[in-house]
Amino acid sequence: MLNRVQLRFLSLADNVGLARIAVAQLAGQARFTLSDIEEIKVAVSEAVSNAVIHGYQGRADGWIQVDVTLDEAGIEILVEDWGVGIADIQKAREPGHSADPERMGLGFVFMESFMHGLEVESALGEGTRVHMRRFVTWSGELSRDVQ
Amino acid sequence: MTIIHSVHRQYVHVRIKGDLDLKTAEPLRDSLDQLIDRYGDKDLVLDLEDVPFIDSSGLGVVLGRYRRLTQQNRSLRLEGVRPSVKVVLELAGIDSIISIGESPEGRPTTPQPQA
Repeated sequence: MLNRVQLRFLSLADNVGLARIAVAQLAGQARFTLSDIEEIKVAVSEAVSNAVIHGYQGRADGWIQVDVTLDEAGIEILVEDWGVGIADIQKAREPGHSADPERMGLGFVFMESFMHGLEVESALGEGTRVHMRRFVTWSGELSRDVQ
Repeated sequence: MTIIHSVHRQYVHVRIKGDLDLKTAEPLRDSLDQLIDRYGDKDLVLDLEDVPFIDSSGLGVVLGRYRRLTQQNRSLRLEGVRPSVKVVLELAGIDSIISIGESPEGRPTTPQPQA
């Protein structure tokens, strides 16, 4: 293990940016490319936004915890809330699943697309755990060398 | 996030500065809706050159404004889109419905004429 960080913060929209910047800083300690880190930031932003919007439904007094582990292989991120939970995880993960027309329902789609593994555990009334992993890949380095 | 707008003959140009996420989605939506209502006959150009980050909350605002404008036979165009933002727009399929211009850093370099 190269490093591990735990962040615990209140369910405020202001903290979404704080979480993704902290994770990006940590990811920068491994051999991720800049575009990898941009994509990891999107995944973190989506997971924490979900906790604020859906987990605590706008309540500002809930806790969100982001636990990040960095090793030679990549980064592992666990985003946890103790909010209302998700009734149907399968349905929540489908594209376009959002009751609000201003929201795109793409949060889980972005997390899945930008990470190399996503597991969601949830229990109604207890909360939600989103577990994501992204591996360091070498394609960016190789293509740069070729150029 | 700050936004600066300038009014042209056919469109309102809005330069946005800052990340577009859950925190900034609501103020951005309110500001853009005000401009859409105030200049009721003009199209909207969003300049994203100073937007380094966007997630689905920010995209929702852009898509919502696109829907409002097209319902009124008006258009929305994005310009100055950075590569990091373009990846997200493409994944959401927004690039197939909204016109997107890239930022200078994302554009292919133009070959210089030889002397």
